[in-house]
Amino acid sequence: MDALSLSRIQFAVTAGFHFIFVPLTLGLSVIVAWMESRYARTGDELYLRMTRFWGKLFLINFALGVVTGITLEFQIGMNWAEYSKYVGDIFGVPLAIEATLAFFLESTFIGLWIFGWDKVSKKVHAAAIAIVAAASNLSALWILLANGWMQRPVGYVLRNGRAEMTDFFAVATNIYGWVKFSHTLFAGDVVAAFFVMGVAAYHIIKKNDLEFFKRSFRMAAGFGVLASFLVFLTGDFQASVVAKFQPTKLAAMESVWVTRTNAPYYLLSWPDPSHERNLVEALGIPNGLSLLSYQHADAPVKGLRDYPKELRPPVIPTFVSFKLMAGLGAVFAALAVLAWVLARSESLESHPLFLWAMVLAIPLPYIASEFGWVVAELGRQPWIVYGLLKTSDAVSQAVSAGQVARSLAGFTLLYGFLACVDAYLLFKNAKKGPAPRLQGA
Amino acid sequence: MIFQNAWFVLWGVLWTVYFVTDGFDLGAGMLQLFLARDEGEHRAVISSVGPFWSGNEVWLITAGGATFAAFPTTYAVMFSALYTAMLLLLFSLIVRGVAVELRHKEEAAWWRRSWDKALAASSFTAALLFGVAFGNIFEGLPMDAAGFHGDLFTLLNPYGLVTGVLFVLLFLVHGGLWLACKTKGPLSERCAASARALWPPLAAAAVVFLVYTKFATKLYDNLFAFPALLAVPSLAVAALCATRWRLGRGQALKAFLASCVTVGAVVATGVIGLYPDLLPSRLDARFSLTAFNSSSSPYTLKIMTVVALLCVPAVIAYQLWNYRLFRQEIDPAQPAGPGELY
Repeated sequence: MDALSLSRIQFAVTAGFHFIFVPLTLGLSVIVAWMESRYARTGDELYLRMTRFWGKLFLINFALGVVTGITLEFQIGMNWAEYSKYVGDIFGVPLAIEATLAFFLESTFIGLWIFGWDKVSKKVHAAAIAIVAAASNLSALWILLANGWMQRPVGYVLRNGRAEMTDFFAVATNIYGWVKFSHTLFAGDVVAAFFVMGVAAYHIIKKNDLEFFKRSFRMAAGFGVLASFLVFLTGDFQASVVAKFQPTKLAAMESVWVTRTNAPYYLLSWPDPSHERNLVEALGIPNGLSLLSYQHADAPVKGLRDYPKELRPPVIPTFVSFKLMAGLGAVFAALAVLAWVLARSESLESHPLFLWAMVLAIPLPYIASEFGWVVAELGRQPWIVYGLLKTSDAVSQAVSAGQVARSLAGFTLLYGFLACVDAYLLFKNAKKGPAPRLQGA
Repeated sequence: MIFQNAWFVLWGVLWTVYFVTDGFDLGAGMLQLFLARDEGEHRAVISSVGPFWSGNEVWLITAGGATFAAFPTTYAVMFSALYTAMLLLLFSLIVRGVAVELRHKEEAAWWRRSWDKALAASSFTAALLFGVAFGNIFEGLPMDAAGFHGDLFTLLNPYGLVTGVLFVLLFLVHGGLWLACKTKGPLSERCAASARALWPPLAAAAVVFLVYTKFATKLYDNLFAFPALLAVPSLAVAALCATRWRLGRGQALKAFLASCVTVGAVVATGVIGLYPDLLPSRLDARFSLTAFNSSSSPYTLKIMTVVALLCVPAVIAYQLWNYRLFRQEIDPAQPAGPGELY
């Protein structure tokens, strides 16, 4: 394999691995901050124990997220030097802002939060985790504004053989980045809500510490209902943004081959790229796709046949990832509502099957999040910056295939090891349950 | 022009702050394996760096991000030319972070011993690789119009290795003094003793480095062109001596502050000597990447300057507050308090 393919695989592996930890960090930081703010307000020790138990799981995950994030900053320069030269004038800016504005806050206050239980007042301690939660999400915003620029470049001019920024405001208000941010943010909240509900469900089945886990479950269920609806809404909005700015991605997501108005939305379809058509098209909702994408029944939806083959993304993986993500999204909304209703009516214990389903559902939002990334990144191909720079022109010239093969092997080993450590610690601590009473607190 | 200069200065400041702060984390990480003798002492070491290390590491992330945003060509060439070295550095930093954060998450002795070893090894390789990388930047890379000619072994040249050893010893003394200040009892005394024992090799490495630099690099050209700048390396030497003097009088905190000045002045000397180069070419100065030929557009630099002026003072303020909050010495003989449950 050549350096380009290997570099792409390596980026997919390292970004995909990093993205296992990011959504839970985004969502669980908010849930833990919520728990601790309740403790700070009410002084109820149950909230303190909740903060510490869920906080410990949060920290295990957070540590992995932080260390695997450094990889991405290194790797863009290591493997994508041509890209870095071409877009650094713009792309580097949100990354640098992310570090100075958000990552410093997050990293400093997480230290305070971990070690500062007896150093600061209850309120200040609760504020520390709230700052971590806000900073994590702020960090995601700037990263996604950077990514949003790759999806929809704005505020630049081509000069001196590269893209140079002419309008920072346009980059910072890029609708693509903001929509993607909101969708990712709520996806993180869904991951966290299902994580908390799943772990709590396990303990409710086992009749461990019922008050603790039922209250945790209830908080997460309310959070999950809100998040799973918002993730749907923002996803829908994102689809219309994609339709506007990345017609080839939308066409691949929905496997639309021929441009047409009043495009129906097929509940069942299957693309056949070699014949540039769909093998299966069934259960069409009239005008559905036109409405979803453009809010007009007679709006034309672009088909892939309008674009030369070399400018189309790989259709099947984009299509499958999108459909699975969207389908899972519907499952989350249904499960979250059911969970919330059962938790409100205090009848969780009498539905062990449902509780087991919630335990088994823990990995699903992770999977959906990863599919979301696949859609976003694979659907942009063959472009690294949509319409501006091809991925094949972005790879480092100075790096050989052998070097990338060795580094990819190294990443696979190290990350495989880290995955085992993380899974072991999470399982063990989640299963063990909270400390019955706090030492010295 | 003014913004390119400003960003060169800021670039140097970011690296300086990074090495002054994370330097002691790396030093403590190496030393704990040899100096901490029981669980309480290991816990004290981790607690002494725990509230700070990740905030310190962000100075590195920011230095990287600032290089990307302000000098994208330098960022691209530096990271891709030094591919394998960067990869090893990255792996070291990953293992270091995981070791600090996960060591306490499991009680079994084998688990903790393994992470202690991993922490020492990764802190060592990170310190060494930083030194090797900067040594190579100081002497320039073999680069021409076709790019970089070499591999990892090109970087492991004598001057690169001398700088690597210098960094390791600097951080060992720095970390030893940090632990001497931050802990109590026999551990603190052992750490102070280790700093005393490591000072002569550090001084020797510093002398070799200062002399070798004259022959291997052009760093002194700037310094002798503007002799007032010689104050910076002189400050490094004076602070290094002050470190030993304060240590001899049992003043660990003052010795540590002197060590901060030493580390900072060493990095500053290198950066001043490099100006205006960020990544010099050893083959031909025409191929050197400088603050002027590798920078972003004036508009981008202006935006970045505003961001830096708004954010960096705030970061310094809350990080100092954090240092103040955790100023208390940690007693390894005390059982873990509620603050150390994690």
